[in-house]
Amino acid sequence: MSDKILMKGNEAIAEAAIIAGCRHYFGYPITPQTEIAAYMAKKMPKIGGTFLQAESEIAAINMVYGVASAGKRVMTSSSSPGVSLKGEGLSYLAGSDLPSLIVNVQRGGPGLGGIQPSQSDYFQSTRGGGHGDYHMIVLAPASVQEMAELTVKGFELADTYRMTSMILADGTMGQMMEPVSLDIDVKPAPEKPWATTGTQMAREHNIVNSLSLVPEELEELNFKRYDRYKVIEENETMFEEYKVEDADIVLAAFGIAARVSKNAVDEARKMGIKAGLIRPITLWPFPKAPFKAAAEHAKAFISVELNMGQMIEDVILATESKCPVTLCNRAGGMIPDPKQVLNSIIEINGGAK
Amino acid sequence: MSAKNMLFSGFGGQGILFAGKFIAYKGLIEDKQVSWLPSYGPEMRGGTASCSVIVSDTPVGSPIVSNPDILVAMNLPSLDRFEDAVVPGGMIIADSTLIERKVKRDDVTVFYVPATQMASDNKLGNLANMIIVGKLLKEIGDYTEDGLNAALDKVISARHADMKEVNLKAIKLGAEL
Repeated sequence: MSDKILMKGNEAIAEAAIIAGCRHYFGYPITPQTEIAAYMAKKMPKIGGTFLQAESEIAAINMVYGVASAGKRVMTSSSSPGVSLKGEGLSYLAGSDLPSLIVNVQRGGPGLGGIQPSQSDYFQSTRGGGHGDYHMIVLAPASVQEMAELTVKGFELADTYRMTSMILADGTMGQMMEPVSLDIDVKPAPEKPWATTGTQMAREHNIVNSLSLVPEELEELNFKRYDRYKVIEENETMFEEYKVEDADIVLAAFGIAARVSKNAVDEARKMGIKAGLIRPITLWPFPKAPFKAAAEHAKAFISVELNMGQMIEDVILATESKCPVTLCNRAGGMIPDPKQVLNSIIEINGGAK
Repeated sequence: MSAKNMLFSGFGGQGILFAGKFIAYKGLIEDKQVSWLPSYGPEMRGGTASCSVIVSDTPVGSPIVSNPDILVAMNLPSLDRFEDAVVPGGMIIADSTLIERKVKRDDVTVFYVPATQMASDNKLGNLANMIIVGKLLKEIGDYTEDGLNAALDKVISARHADMKEVNLKAIKLGAEL
């Protein structure tokens, strides 16, 4: 047996955050991600860290803002309705160029919705979440191992680019147990000369702020931020391809939908249909290149999602309308069955061979 | 065995999730690919609890078991809900102390185990779940004592180490059926 242990996705995120050097967690309980807070409540006091159950999600995200200003690795976690409450804070973090990690273990919406798995916060996450021109780096794990690895990666990217990383998971990924190895390399956090750590009367004051009343200067800040986003788009895009090389029908899916889709691809291949799957791991930046390349040989794309069709818009953009793109979906906390996805493939293919 | 898709279902408190976790850990120890996915909805609070467990030689795709190869039903609502979902040629193990009716399907192998009664008769508290686990392991040809010990060490926390002996006893009892 390897050194792997069985862990819930939520627990893997919490332990990986600690491995990454995060010693400050602020949150407010909400299903289906409460295990993250519970794990932190247990562990943080033992390792000299801070666990604080805030009075609300809004309070928690502002505590994150405070610790991030001081240059320390910090996180909060929630589920869909709770993340909406954090929206203002996400925008302020972006406007102040602060690194932090936010976890959204999605549940069905809108409103208070339900507690079953969903991917219906794709738009909210990939377009920023709060007001203003900004992005977050959005990471979509599809296994418990990735829940751990992308958490570490999320902290690293946040520090490198001075912005928020979001882990966009769903109730299934949070609740399921799989073998996980926590032997993960962590890059040390970079110097943060901008952090408000006290001047010791030896340097100028550092100011962390998102207020900028001179439009020319605010425009310049936005331009610079988007220059940085361009670098991220070039260097940090992640995806997995599965049997895409010769595929006629290419599925697009992330997280739990990608796992369901993989089953459907295998079944379709058994029937002689050349199906494949592109799984974006970064949802922002969206991996346009593999879609563009696949559109050269594919007959059609199917976006498989646990929502009413959100990522499909990015697939249409990335394939530059060279192929038809259709949707195969469930919503409100329901998960598509591999058979439903297979039927979609067969239908688009014009029947089985 | 390429893949075994299992569904454990019963009342909250019957140790459904624990039984599934044990099977998953046993698979992990034996270098299989495994996944365990619990129900976590409002149904958990006093109603039915269930979990999907997959043990496979190849990487696990979807962790959701909609059509189990093996169904463990520890109460009537579970059998009512999942009987039709079992794949033809699959297996159903039912706790016949709590489920009075017979399985209607004739294209699956059925084992009726009076597990709750047996647990009570043998002073095994609420370990009906592990009696059924014993039966399950025997029927799929996966019963080895070494594996049992190692898996129990993983699922029983140090704080409850004294529970290992009774769990082992319950599993053996089930395997002798």
